[in-house]
Amino acid sequence: MGEAIVITSGKGGVGKTTTTANIGTALALMEKKVCLIDTDIGLRNLDVVMGLENRIIYDIVDVIQKRCKLKQALIKDKRFDCLYLLPAAQTSDKSDLTPEGMEAIVAELKQEYDYILIDCPAGIEQGYKNAVAGADKAIVVTTPEKSSVRDADRIIGLLEKEENVEPPHLIVNRIRNHMVKNGDMLDVDEIVQILSVELLGIVADDDEVIKASNHGEPVAFHPNTKASLAYRNIARRILGETVPLLSLEEEKGMFAKMKKFLGMRS
Amino acid sequence: MAGSKQLITIKGTRDGLTLYIDDSCSFNEMLTELEVTLSTNHVAEDEPMITVTIQLGNRYLHENQEEQLRELIRSKNKLVVQSIESNVIPKKQALEWLEDSEVKVINKVVRSGQVIEVQGDVLLIGDVNPGGKIMASGNIFVMGNLRGVAHAGVPNNREAVIAAAYMKPTQLRIADYISRSPDYETEGVYMECGIIDHEKEKIIIDRLQILARKRPDINGFERRMIHG
Repeated sequence: MGEAIVITSGKGGVGKTTTTANIGTALALMEKKVCLIDTDIGLRNLDVVMGLENRIIYDIVDVIQKRCKLKQALIKDKRFDCLYLLPAAQTSDKSDLTPEGMEAIVAELKQEYDYILIDCPAGIEQGYKNAVAGADKAIVVTTPEKSSVRDADRIIGLLEKEENVEPPHLIVNRIRNHMVKNGDMLDVDEIVQILSVELLGIVADDDEVIKASNHGEPVAFHPNTKASLAYRNIARRILGETVPLLSLEEEKGMFAKMKKFLGMRS
Repeated sequence: MAGSKQLITIKGTRDGLTLYIDDSCSFNEMLTELEVTLSTNHVAEDEPMITVTIQLGNRYLHENQEEQLRELIRSKNKLVVQSIESNVIPKKQALEWLEDSEVKVINKVVRSGQVIEVQGDVLLIGDVNPGGKIMASGNIFVMGNLRGVAHAGVPNNREAVIAAAYMKPTQLRIADYISRSPDYETEGVYMECGIIDHEKEKIIIDRLQILARKRPDINGFERRMIHG
């Protein structure tokens, strides 16, 4: 029996889709059976980031409206045999999806996959409600900006009301070291203190992420970049490794050291 | 019936007259008796006004009954009703009293978009985040970070206070007063409180210690209730 994790943020453009693609890729690298679901009906992106756009035949709305079987709509990833994508529809809108329909799909997928990652649309309306239905866990993505943290706070408040969802975990995305150092950006401790949820990981702002996304290849697939390492660490923490907290400390320790190093020089 | 037992006892004190009214007779009996008793006591024209306190014992009067009683006494020369006191209040009012005098403990983080509203005082064990709001008819005590909006003394208790372990609110509101955070970035303050300064006519933030001097009534909720 698998686990369904919804990835959400409230605010748009903080990296939900990128995070979904990369955590999915990282989990697949660890040989877990993973299925990604894009619930952003009308504005689908996950297929583009995964580089699977050209393979779409059926989508999630076709499944809900019974035009095809669930298995027919699933797209196998081009790099991994254990990674699948259920794409969103581009032509319909969010009202074509219902929380009940989502629950049914997630329940069916849980039989077969270890992890189901649900990419949530921005906002707190119908699209969010659909995405959260059927999820067991939640990951909230935020960037170190006030507006983004504010929306994350709002969404955490809503998630706390969902009875079936465990208390959410936090990913702080797109951290720019030099800005944090100058005090121009919120630092991670501050964000965690405000949101008072458990921190799952931090991802540095890295040009490689954008580059990789544009090539339809999640950055987690390439080793040797900071962001890739961060996503892999997050995946390990999701798997419940005992290292995770340590590796988080390590990561932070490395940042701290770098900050110190740069601070001494400048 | 009439005359078998005296229904109304009048006692004179330094502050005026006190009417003790027997609480076992009917309201109409009481009015008739009062009419007779007060009519027999003639007061000279040049005497000053006499204030009257009415002790109802275990009798409860509806609003219109109370008005009737006041009307009757007012119609007599030189008598002014100062207060009508009774040992009993209706259940509903008692529950309201209880609610108003209780400190409600809430253990959660008030997040953006959430509003907590309570009757009486509130003790929040947790934070109020920016965009969140906590409202109380009494005082607000936050054992955590107050970063959002706090509104104490809703709707018109200007004596209410807001205290927080860490204070960096977007807005403080007490009764009908509002103060907001400055437009420049500030550090918050620890263990401080917001109260209305009656001389400056605005909300001020100061150390918690000033409360002992400026709002001694926080000590006893019962006392505050009796004072109204």
